[in-house]
Amino acid sequence: MSFEKTFQDKVDQDIRIEPKDWMPDAYRKTLIRQISQHAHSEIVGMLPEANWITRAPSLKRKATLIAKVQDEAGHGLYLYSAAETLGISRDEMLGQLHSGKTKYSSIFNYPTITWADMGAIGWLVDGAAIMNQVPLCRASFGPYARAMVRICKEESFHQRQGFEILLVLSKGSEAQRRMCQDAIDRWWWPSVMMFGPNDDASPNSELSMRWKIKRFSNDELRQKFIDVCVEQVKLLGMTLPDPDLKWNEEKQHYDFGPIDWEEFKNVISGNGPCNKERLAARVQAHEEGAWVREAAMAHAEKKNKEKNAA
Amino acid sequence: MSSIDYTLHLADNALILGHRNSEWTGHGPILEQDIALSNIALDLIGQARYLYQYAARQTGKPEVTEDSLAFLRDAWDYRNCLLVEQANGDWGKTILRQFFFSAYQFFFYERLQHSTDNELAAIAEKSLKEVTYHLRWSSEWTIRLGDGTEESNRRMRAAMDQLWKFTGELFIPASYEKIAAAVDLSSIKPLWEERVSEVLLQARLEKPAAGWGQTGGKEGRHTEELGYLLAEMQFLQRAYPGNEW
Repeated sequence: MSFEKTFQDKVDQDIRIEPKDWMPDAYRKTLIRQISQHAHSEIVGMLPEANWITRAPSLKRKATLIAKVQDEAGHGLYLYSAAETLGISRDEMLGQLHSGKTKYSSIFNYPTITWADMGAIGWLVDGAAIMNQVPLCRASFGPYARAMVRICKEESFHQRQGFEILLVLSKGSEAQRRMCQDAIDRWWWPSVMMFGPNDDASPNSELSMRWKIKRFSNDELRQKFIDVCVEQVKLLGMTLPDPDLKWNEEKQHYDFGPIDWEEFKNVISGNGPCNKERLAARVQAHEEGAWVREAAMAHAEKKNKEKNAA
Repeated sequence: MSSIDYTLHLADNALILGHRNSEWTGHGPILEQDIALSNIALDLIGQARYLYQYAARQTGKPEVTEDSLAFLRDAWDYRNCLLVEQANGDWGKTILRQFFFSAYQFFFYERLQHSTDNELAAIAEKSLKEVTYHLRWSSEWTIRLGDGTEESNRRMRAAMDQLWKFTGELFIPASYEKIAAAVDLSSIKPLWEERVSEVLLQARLEKPAAGWGQTGGKEGRHTEELGYLLAEMQFLQRAYPGNEW
């Protein structure tokens, strides 16, 4: 039996592929790309929310927001470690992020302008991320699937927190309700786009499905997300910025309006409102941290030498 | 004498340093250390919350809350020491600021857990576990950076030059520290000095010669740094007064 067939048989029987198992090169490459993009998204995703840590409106909100952003750093760590089992180092991955070779989720190229954005990101962005990520807990590659189990638990907690931020605003003053609606208006379409291109325009999907890295199509997940949000927004007494949202009795789903794929393409290719700022912030943190990393290594080496000499 | 001011002084120290540390979240030099410093920020803000809640209860006024104390007092009513409000600077300055303060807070809470004020004693006991870690972490990093490379040693010396003058204030009792429940600062000063000397020796760093120190923070006379910090921190509560968040 060929390696390829043994591998595919395992995948078909839902037996996890582990780092030391044989795997097709394309499988390895696809996973490295996907997991490192995901890791980068976690750490770039810290920035728009970290924006509001110093302006959080209460001590409790401040603490919760720090904890949330810290969780994202933790997710980045698990994911970089999962990718490292495939034979790429964290330094290499960071290099690819900083040079623009690997992407991160485009959603983080949108600005966080008001406090309500902390709520909208939790509810919509984390909500969309969960839809995408829950199926990944059963992904065929063991380390990735296990990392996703932990991540999904924390993400659903974040989503509830985000919704609760909006709920409080929705019951608040006129200015707070305005903040709430404005944030939903700005984050809705970018969140809907988080599921990626329509199925007929998604080139990597078919193979990923066969390899069980992906289990549902972009459009299936997007529809599920929209169906859930249409109900949830009612609890807020707010509206989603899509006049075409309408229940379709036959399909048993909500119909929705056309997605602006031009915007999507533009933000992905670097023309979003904060692409340059986000990447610059990561590069700056990395460069300004170089002397710290060098000092830590130099000190460790000295200690090692002392130990060996003793 | 009421211990409200004393409690506020302790709360302000914790909040302001926690806030400063949280400015690093997402921008740290190494992902693991970004998490570690954010964790310290969280611990300090957590301590501040317990202390503000206790201070609020002591006022006996229902409208006074942890948030009104944090967000609606201006700089002159803040009683934190000057050290904690100093701007982050580079990672080295942040580390050294944390080390000086954690060394102080460690010996301080060790005493405060035996305070005649049961509430303060309980908060101190709980916080001491956290501060033990803060002190270990910041000591290790002070040593690493002081000893590491020529550049890191130079940066640490620069940080020392900027921060040392604020350390004396930690041990000068303010008017509200003359209550029975308060920690006797003169008893922890030698402990702090000994610990600092030990770590600086390993870090190949020298204490500057004793000189004129900056004081006033504990009595509400702050450096220029604090006003900007409060303007940012208090913005939403000031711009939209009286709202729930």
